[in-house]
Amino acid sequence: MAKLDWNEVKRQITESQAWQSIFRHGYEDTPRNRILMVSGNVWLHLHPSKVQKHAVRLRFTWCMGGITFLLFLVTVVTGIYLMFYYRPTAEYAYADMKYLEFDMPFGMLMRNMHRWAAHGMVIAVWLHMFRVFMTGSYKPPREFNWVVGVILLVLTLLLSFTGYLLPWDQLSIWAVTVGSNMARATPLLGHGGPFHEMLGVNPIYDARAFLFGGAEIGPHTLLRFYILHCIFFPLLASLFMAVHFWRIRRDGMSGPL
Amino acid sequence: MASEEGSGSSRAPMMMAAAAGGASGAARAPKGPSAPATKRIEVSIKKAGQGVEEKLHTWPFLVRNEFLVACAVIVLLAVWSLTINAPLEEPSNPTRTPNPSKAPWYFLGLQEMLVFFDPWYAGVVLPSFIIVGLMLIPYIDINPKGNGYYTFRERMFEILTFFVGFHVLWVSFIIIGTFFRGPGWNWFWPGQYWDPHMVEALTNVDLPYMFGFRDYTLSALFGLSLIGGYFVIGMALFYWWVYRRPANDPWSAFPGGGPELLEKWGPVRFGITGFLLLAMLGVFIKMALRHALNIKYIMVTPWINI
Repeated sequence: MAKLDWNEVKRQITESQAWQSIFRHGYEDTPRNRILMVSGNVWLHLHPSKVQKHAVRLRFTWCMGGITFLLFLVTVVTGIYLMFYYRPTAEYAYADMKYLEFDMPFGMLMRNMHRWAAHGMVIAVWLHMFRVFMTGSYKPPREFNWVVGVILLVLTLLLSFTGYLLPWDQLSIWAVTVGSNMARATPLLGHGGPFHEMLGVNPIYDARAFLFGGAEIGPHTLLRFYILHCIFFPLLASLFMAVHFWRIRRDGMSGPL
Repeated sequence: MASEEGSGSSRAPMMMAAAAGGASGAARAPKGPSAPATKRIEVSIKKAGQGVEEKLHTWPFLVRNEFLVACAVIVLLAVWSLTINAPLEEPSNPTRTPNPSKAPWYFLGLQEMLVFFDPWYAGVVLPSFIIVGLMLIPYIDINPKGNGYYTFRERMFEILTFFVGFHVLWVSFIIIGTFFRGPGWNWFWPGQYWDPHMVEALTNVDLPYMFGFRDYTLSALFGLSLIGGYFVIGMALFYWWVYRRPANDPWSAFPGGGPELLEKWGPVRFGITGFLLLAMLGVFIKMALRHALNIKYIMVTPWINI
């Protein structure tokens, strides 16, 4: 029996049409390949192929923007898992939380990771904003990307807030009640706010009722927050993230010149 | 990127490829004998007219950092999630209000503001000022220095303002709301028994009442003029303080001092900055009046109270 030449096998595989249609370049550590690694990969292509030396240092970036994005991805993955088991109706929501915790494989872990990642994302986005402020990275030409970042900050809080209601326990409905009492106090638009008589708003027809889908937190609110939490805000945040990342890519990292 | 077209499997000479793959059109790789492929090479790129700006390849230098940080965060999150369970209380019951009812922790700074202001201001107007004010920062801050590096001396005013707004007001109020507020939103030290029957005497009075105004219209006018006067005098003082900055003063950011800063700033930017600054400092004034003199409202009208 002829001896198998592994190098020949490897050569035949890597030079086959199928292999080369998927992997366009090899793995050697050459300057050309390093650039292809980034420019030929849709995910890594979020980066430029070269970055300033200081921008690589954690001391400069704290990596907080990246951590925010990573935690967002964690909540997406774990959130999809939770969606398989959770029904956003008042009859089932709380029971489904219990099933999730005690019956579903890795249910408790997925729920914990979803919640802690969401909290971590709020902290990371604040620290990211703090870092960008400290390095003055909002200054020209990056002014508008800071504005996009503030929008993403608000969306992060809204994502977290709408998710807060979904367990449908005492903690969630009362925290959301307190949080959305603010909408009731909106000037002109809330029935508890100043000048509300001018528009004739009332408890079943004002800013908070628009948020709740009714005068009080109920099954309608649960469904509404679920859709906002799982579809609307993630989509909106993804759109703004695309703009945010694209602009960093175009303008480059800020740095001393 | 020019390198995308050349992404076939052909093995072009390294020098050519390195030159084609530069991050910008002006970028060029240094010419010279090619190094062995196994050795990591740091390529420095000369930008036209800007001296030597050292650049690294994103792969592996940045991607490696990101990968390691991502691994660390995932491990930390997994360990945290394995050891600490997310809270789940009893089923929701709209007829049983817990005392205290707290908003999610990241909104507790605003809930804490309800101690000092009415909900329309603490919950709607103040957060709007915060969001709009944050968005306006790049447009009202015209200091050209400190772009892309850490510095305190060149940006003292900006950094101190951010510190007061973010650390002193936002973060510390979240800590107070989370750890120091119990039933009835009364102050409890950590570890202290949460007595639901604790009674705190409500001895607050309105400022116009304190000054002897008993007539509704007069006290409303008095309060209005106080609030209006605060902003007018505050703006004037702010203008005066900026104008008086001497040449090369570290606070003014421009070599010409205060007058040059005001000229470049313009009335709109100056007005917005002054207004947001006074609104932020007003929170401290209201807090001080409440704690020191038990003042409930400064301005009382039939529609809004501040």
